[in-house]
Amino acid sequence: MTEAVPLDPWAALRPTTQARIGLPRAGMGMATTTVLELSTALAAARDAVHVPLDTGALLPGMTELGLGTPIELRSRATDRALYLRRPDLGRVPEGLDGLPSGAWDVGFVIADGLSSRAVADHAVPQVAALVKALGHEFRLAPPVLVTQARVAIGDWIGEAMGVRTLLVLIGERPGLSVADSLGIYLTHEPRPGRTDAERNCISNIHPPAGLGYAEAAATAARLVAGARALGRSGVDLKDTSGAPELP
Amino acid sequence: MITTQTVNGHSYRFDSLVDLLAKATPLRSGDELAGCAATSEEERAAAQWALAEVELSTFLSEEVVPYETDEVTRLIMDTHSAEAFAPVSHLTVGGLRDWLLEVAARSGAGDVLTALAPGLTPEMVAATSKLMRNQDLIAVGRACRVTTGFRTTVGLPGRMATRLQPNHPTDDLRGVAAAILDGLLLGCGDAVVGINPAGDSPQVTADLVALVDDVRQTYDIPLQSSVLAHITTTIGLIEAGLPVDLVFQSIGGSQATNTSFGVDLALLREGREAGLSLHRGTVGDNVTYFETGQGSSLSANAHLGTGGRPVDQQTLEARAYGVAREFEPLLLNTVVGFIGPEYLYDGKQIIRAGLEDHFCGKLLGVPMGVDVCYTNHAEADFDDMDTLLTLLAAAGVNFVITVPGADDVMLGYQSLSYHDALYIRNVLGLRCAPEFEGWLVAQGMADPTGKVFGAELGASRLRELVGAVG
Repeated sequence: MTEAVPLDPWAALRPTTQARIGLPRAGMGMATTTVLELSTALAAARDAVHVPLDTGALLPGMTELGLGTPIELRSRATDRALYLRRPDLGRVPEGLDGLPSGAWDVGFVIADGLSSRAVADHAVPQVAALVKALGHEFRLAPPVLVTQARVAIGDWIGEAMGVRTLLVLIGERPGLSVADSLGIYLTHEPRPGRTDAERNCISNIHPPAGLGYAEAAATAARLVAGARALGRSGVDLKDTSGAPELP
Repeated sequence: MITTQTVNGHSYRFDSLVDLLAKATPLRSGDELAGCAATSEEERAAAQWALAEVELSTFLSEEVVPYETDEVTRLIMDTHSAEAFAPVSHLTVGGLRDWLLEVAARSGAGDVLTALAPGLTPEMVAATSKLMRNQDLIAVGRACRVTTGFRTTVGLPGRMATRLQPNHPTDDLRGVAAAILDGLLLGCGDAVVGINPAGDSPQVTADLVALVDDVRQTYDIPLQSSVLAHITTTIGLIEAGLPVDLVFQSIGGSQATNTSFGVDLALLREGREAGLSLHRGTVGDNVTYFETGQGSSLSANAHLGTGGRPVDQQTLEARAYGVAREFEPLLLNTVVGFIGPEYLYDGKQIIRAGLEDHFCGKLLGVPMGVDVCYTNHAEADFDDMDTLLTLLAAAGVNFVITVPGADDVMLGYQSLSYHDALYIRNVLGLRCAPEFEGWLVAQGMADPTGKVFGAELGASRLRELVGAVG
């Protein structure tokens, strides 16, 4: 005997929201498939936080961008557990040895942040898109890869290198539905002590579902130009193109 | 106040009440981050011995945050009732713990504790909680009765309400309506339908307020709504004539924390009066709704107290309840695991904090709910949330937060699911708020004993709810 597959009465409503509406029940609980879907989503999010960033795997791609030899650094947070408990340690580099300095207009710091997966999946193509959007106009610094890092670590790195405008590409805190979202934080004239109000952020980069590389790079290019014209970044610097720019 | 305490042959010195409170606090990452935590388990045990000996009257003469510079301290001190305090005024902190457990074990405990509340300061309550195990926090929390009302009555014995939280990343009205529909079909929403707007624009807030009011009237549901915008936005909506039910604000336990939220006591008072002016409640006039959470002061760098020393995050959280009770809220919930692992590291710390917050709030007379929640970078998972929900239900929590599938797709964290509410109602026999329960029974979604079944979409007249939006 074959039974017709029942139509999902929620089908017409699901496109209205990403929220997990109309989940199948088992008694007063959730059906097995739902419980497994949720635990799988949580597993992806937790792996994004805890699987260490394989910087070695990123180096060939970063090197091919033609920005010079990538430099690897670490923060003062010596392991993930300490990183999670002590955000202050993730904001300071363990050392600045090996950093070149030069009269660069734009620098790139690639930081694992809270999602190594976001960096592993999106950092190389995102920097490539940034090089394409910025390279004809500006002198670009070699990329710096830094682990156990928070956004503000870029202030030390940018200052040491003499970078005028710094872009920190960092893994964003994973949600249950998106574990690989990358953010770009722009800081003009980076130096230790800069506050978050002095930065601009492009968030939610994770094509194909989220913001695409070229779109993010175009926004970044407008913000770099705007910061140079204004002489500062942060709350006074607006991207007036109407492109997504999240706080 | 300088205290020394010897345990196991080692002597420990605590150089102020602030220091002693912090070091007596069960381990949590936020106090380590602030640099005020005990540096060893033995130092913590010594601090707890010393704190147990502190006279409760000490808290009326020694300020944790200076009176001169902090209006929260002034509120706490100026509204303290010596009369209500009298039954316990001779006790130490340890003595109060014993007294509370003895009261909780007797009949009529609720009335005794309700009468005591105005005599307790947040600091006394926080101090006592530091000497209590989880079972003590549950036993005394359960004995407290804090009942409030608007269109539903929240906090009655044997009942637990839910906030239905239908957040949407772009505030899409049909998407919000779909999540409301999902929650109503699972019997949620009797505490409030409360929406965190993705944007803080008055127009978006107004549209969401109007949406929930339409749903409420169309289906004749006894519920109240709240759109969790800044209080100034809500006051503006009230002045513009929108159908605002509850006036929401995030608050903290120091003046500087509240400044970081863009509020002060005068503004909270203005917001409450604006809400009261509408006379929209039917069974009560508790018109405010607050959210709090351990760590909010430290994250705003607003955690320093007397002598410039860091105050532990749990004491500051209790002080936030001292702010709240002045404004007679319908609801207050701690957003316990939302802030991240640098404040509450793992499931153990989140569970402990949830029980502490519930106990402290209830003992101070605040209608406590809890957002049982965590973020993906905390060492916690769905099992920890099941545990905390079950413990809080045992403790008699007034309400919990529920979202579709436990996944808040706007705020990016995990709370409880609508299904989790069904689970705990069924296992512990907890009923909905009576007015809402009556509606569920009329819809065939609960039986006359209050057992909630929910309903399938196709079988419910609510299925047209979303189609009518937009």
